[in-house]
Amino acid sequence: MKQAVVNRSAFVAVALTLGAGAASAQGNAALDGIAKYREMLQDGNPAELFEMKGEELWKQKRGPKNASLEQCDLGKGPGVIKGAFVELPRYFKDTGRVQDLETRLITCMETLQGFKGEDIAKTPFGKGEMANVTALATFVATASKGMRFNLSQAHDQEKTMYEVGKRLFFARGGPHDFSCASCHGIDGGRIRLQDLPNLTKNPGNGVGFAAWPAYRVSNSQMWGMQLRLNDCYRQQRFPEPKFGSDATIALGVYMGVNAKTAESIVPAIKR
Amino acid sequence: MKKTMTFALFPLAALVLAGCTSSPSGADYDKATAAVVKASFQDRGIAKVDRLQQDEANRLCSAADVAGKPLDEKTAKAIEAANLKTVKMPTDGKFIGDWKEGEKIAQSGRGLTWSDKAGDANGGNCYNCHQMDKKEISFGNLGPSLYNYGKLRGVTDPNAAASKAIVEYTWGKLWNSRAFNACSQMPRAGHMGILNEKQLQHVMALLLDPVSPVNQ
Repeated sequence: MKQAVVNRSAFVAVALTLGAGAASAQGNAALDGIAKYREMLQDGNPAELFEMKGEELWKQKRGPKNASLEQCDLGKGPGVIKGAFVELPRYFKDTGRVQDLETRLITCMETLQGFKGEDIAKTPFGKGEMANVTALATFVATASKGMRFNLSQAHDQEKTMYEVGKRLFFARGGPHDFSCASCHGIDGGRIRLQDLPNLTKNPGNGVGFAAWPAYRVSNSQMWGMQLRLNDCYRQQRFPEPKFGSDATIALGVYMGVNAKTAESIVPAIKR
Repeated sequence: MKKTMTFALFPLAALVLAGCTSSPSGADYDKATAAVVKASFQDRGIAKVDRLQQDEANRLCSAADVAGKPLDEKTAKAIEAANLKTVKMPTDGKFIGDWKEGEKIAQSGRGLTWSDKAGDANGGNCYNCHQMDKKEISFGNLGPSLYNYGKLRGVTDPNAAASKAIVEYTWGKLWNSRAFNACSQMPRAGHMGILNEKQLQHVMALLLDPVSPVNQ
């Protein structure tokens, strides 16, 4: 396993050099270079390490109740992992709310393993049990790789969350008057050289909602959708969305429903 | 003038119950959204929850975006008129600073996030959305290209009387973009205190000075 890490780091370094070389060329050549670099990275995605860690955590007896998560119900029945991710967020009868993958995992850690969900939700990203939630989310989501998004809109709360998510998506505010739509409301948009998916509709297979959790090369971190949204709001100059808050769930429902029929490539690899 | 996005607290469950007898309306979803916003955000660093308060322009433009229909002309004109009133001309009467400083400001996308400190100099974020100096290939496309901005508008001397109209318009556009386009996506750099007067003068030079790389 250690050997795998070393090999991948070396590979990333080579790819980065190639990418940088291409970026110094003009226009399209630079963009082609970046696309090629991303393609090469797909062959050695460090997200696999997080997936493996997540699988261990899923099976391991942990927490005050010394239990595994193998009976966790992610929406398709206890223990069913395959296909769960592409139907989340969804309404859960036992909690009486719409939940995304990460908040649902915390519910399972609370009910099955005896962890305090509130404490996990307050833990910074990348630390302690929050890092474990990200690994678990990577493991669960990867089991739906290649499957197509198909979120339910059958329950009233699911419909309400879509409508709320849509309103949040277009809500302009903060010192820069930004909304999610400022960057993600048109086709073919770019900030600097970064392509931006249009999230007001299905942006295509493996793009936008269908690409997170993802491994980020620039900071060597694994990011779930909760952290993706958190950092979007940081750049939007908004105050911070609380982990698992209804705003984050509603945006997940909005993007997930819009992404219907898009193929999940999770875990993706990103800049 | 400031209206908050967070009306009264309206629990999501109540809305859903109401939905059992009749389907919820757009106004019900607006209320549910306000409740969600109020419960979901927290202060972090310099980014406080008061940033969620929307002024009239943001409230109306957001609603138009949700509806997928542009504002009617009368409302749009009213927003533009209200925003035009906020434009402050330079106190020292100078519109044009140093384009080299302007280029640095245009390159910088820093400032005002919760990971920035109070008092840090803000960037203008210009290249994030616009092409400017042709030598910079890393530019965004959310806004129009500004390459040759002054040259295309016939500005050979920004301080000449003949340039007055375009110089003042450009200052106004940078100060408050909504003065000329009610629902413009461009930040209101002067009005919202993102850039100060001196910084705006430098960005003006980048756009309008004939020796600026933008006009080569």
